[in-house]
Amino acid sequence: MSAIQTTYVEPARRMSANGWAAVVIFLPPALLLFTVFVALPIAQAAWFGFFNWDGYGRPEKFIGLKNYGYLIGNATFNRSLVNNGLVIAVSILVQQPVALAAALMVAGRIAGAAWFRMIFFLPYVLADVAAGLIWHFMFDGSYGLSSVITGALGLPPYYLLADKTWAFSAVLIVILWKYFGFYTMLYVAGLQGIDRSLLEAAEMDGATALQRFWHITLPLLGPMIRLSIFFSVVGSLQLFDIIVPLTSGGPFETTNTMVSYLYYFGITRMRFGYSSAVGIVLFVTCVAFAFGYRRIVMRDD
Amino acid sequence: MSLRHLAFAAACLAALTAPAFAETNITVLHVSENPTQKALWNKIAADYNAEHKGVNVQFKYLENEAFKAKLPTMLQSDDRPELFYSWSGGVMQAQAKAGFLKDITADIGSAESALSPIAVDAFKVDGKVVGVPFEVGEVAFYYNRKLFEKAGVKAEDIKSWDDFLGAVKKLKAAGITPIVVGAGEKWPMHFYYSYLVMRIGGEHALADAKAGKDGGFKNATFVEAGKRLRELGALEPFQPGYLSTKHTESAGMFGDGKAAMDLMGQWLLGMQAPNSTSGKGLPEENIGILSFPIVPGGKGQATETLGGINGWLVGKSAPPQAIDFLKFFSQAKYAQEAAATAAYIPVVKGAEASFTNPLMKRLADDLAATTYHQNYFDQDLGPAVGRVINDVSVAVAAGEMTPEAAAAAIQDAAEQQ
Repeated sequence: MSAIQTTYVEPARRMSANGWAAVVIFLPPALLLFTVFVALPIAQAAWFGFFNWDGYGRPEKFIGLKNYGYLIGNATFNRSLVNNGLVIAVSILVQQPVALAAALMVAGRIAGAAWFRMIFFLPYVLADVAAGLIWHFMFDGSYGLSSVITGALGLPPYYLLADKTWAFSAVLIVILWKYFGFYTMLYVAGLQGIDRSLLEAAEMDGATALQRFWHITLPLLGPMIRLSIFFSVVGSLQLFDIIVPLTSGGPFETTNTMVSYLYYFGITRMRFGYSSAVGIVLFVTCVAFAFGYRRIVMRDD
Repeated sequence: MSLRHLAFAAACLAALTAPAFAETNITVLHVSENPTQKALWNKIAADYNAEHKGVNVQFKYLENEAFKAKLPTMLQSDDRPELFYSWSGGVMQAQAKAGFLKDITADIGSAESALSPIAVDAFKVDGKVVGVPFEVGEVAFYYNRKLFEKAGVKAEDIKSWDDFLGAVKKLKAAGITPIVVGAGEKWPMHFYYSYLVMRIGGEHALADAKAGKDGGFKNATFVEAGKRLRELGALEPFQPGYLSTKHTESAGMFGDGKAAMDLMGQWLLGMQAPNSTSGKGLPEENIGILSFPIVPGGKGQATETLGGINGWLVGKSAPPQAIDFLKFFSQAKYAQEAAATAAYIPVVKGAEASFTNPLMKRLADDLAATTYHQNYFDQDLGPAVGRVINDVSVAVAAGEMTPEAAAAAIQDAAEQQ
């Protein structure tokens, strides 16, 4: 036992001597890039957030925390937060189970599995903006898929994207359609990493298919599920490029997310101080989630 | 190395560097997607470059939203354009205040006396000339003559807001969608609100509100305009699903004859055909133009016009050749060509005579005879307040917001600036 340990420790010590050299050589460029392109812009955004600034010249009108004050109780911003929450909820409660079910179906060696995998993955390959535009036409009540359905059922044309109560469900549908294939692929990879002999042994012991799934497959897929949820939450928080071509945040600002709010109410209005403040709120949310989730949920992975 | 080689190398070097030393590059950044406009501009640049050795004027295109987002950064970099497109108004004032524009009052001298004074004034900040206009536009109702006929509506009889509402009701009764509007992008709806403010409050309405008189934007004119807009919206005159319709889609619907009217700028004439289902759109003899009606009891006249004023701004470090080029650009012969090809409505006085397209001629005549011309509200006020006007115009028309709340929202935005 001890002999094995020393063989493990020794190269590690030697590495650490070399390691310093590696740190001195490789860290400065990386640190410089990180500082210039990540840390500085964030610090700058935090600084701009204290100003009323239209982007021209230097920010001069210092207004303290007023930009953040405008956010509190702003109905449109609150609605964006709720929408972000809805995307997260639907991703976790609907998208992940659907993706897992699809993965279970296509991971095995059934006929045409490769084809199905490709078909499921296709929407993910499509650019977000293109997907948004395509669905904008699909939901159109006069010409789109929606008109075919209402026509077949003998109903009057229905304009989902103009319905302030339900327009956001259009965004949710597109997100489900677009990203479930990506998670299916993650799960397929996860399933292929599970040792077959475990499942075979359980089968020999008389475990039913459901028992095998519940007691073997699911626990062993745990790391992949936790990773998928991490991706889907961070992706949901950053959701933007589907919204713009699909709904432009309308009708009546009911389909914005935090990022599209930042764009429509900050950047396009040339209120760069305000959009910086929104950006900082978004940044803090993402960081808090990322660290919290990694600490609590993914600590064993 | 032999002497011959050396001489040859020196000659090569001279050949390479000589033009680079002499060349003055002038970049003109624009957002136009109109092929006729671009062709004319490229021709003017080529003419200028041919006549002026050592100057290279080049028009460069940037997509509209990208242009607006990039410009603040570009102007602060070494990559700034010498001349660039502008809608005048609030953004131009912000650019001037930040010191990005050159005061060309002395350089331009009397060269602008041949141009429409309305347009020239729009490119002054605190009395100083910072740019040269080339185009004015007019927002008006375009109507489908056949559909009007079918519903028994006579365009000549529509003089007042009540006549207009009557026409809307008649069209609706005949089973025709009265109005198409791309409310998904919001700004098309703000033309209604703007014109109503102008017709109710007259030419000082916007200036007074900006100056904060009588409660600023919360004053009676803006509230009354909102009420009139809701009055129209309550008749449900727009195409179904109008809240998600984009501007290009709405132009196509007009071209397809799916609705009788569209309150839009002159570019609709170029857009209705390519965006229609058939690609052909309405034949121009089937399209009529109607001025925005007057509102009874209002201070505004039917001859007062709303529309864009576009021009070229001069960057702070632009060389004198850039201003020389603007003078060259503003020559009557190019304005006449712009009119003859219906590329745009040029600001050179008398150019309206060169229009052969009767619809464009009608607009040019309106603009030549205008008693007061107002820039688009959203450009005049700048994006921070302008976009709020766009938002509330849609919300008020749809009955989602009261006229009072809308007026208060605009005032709030103005105070936050």
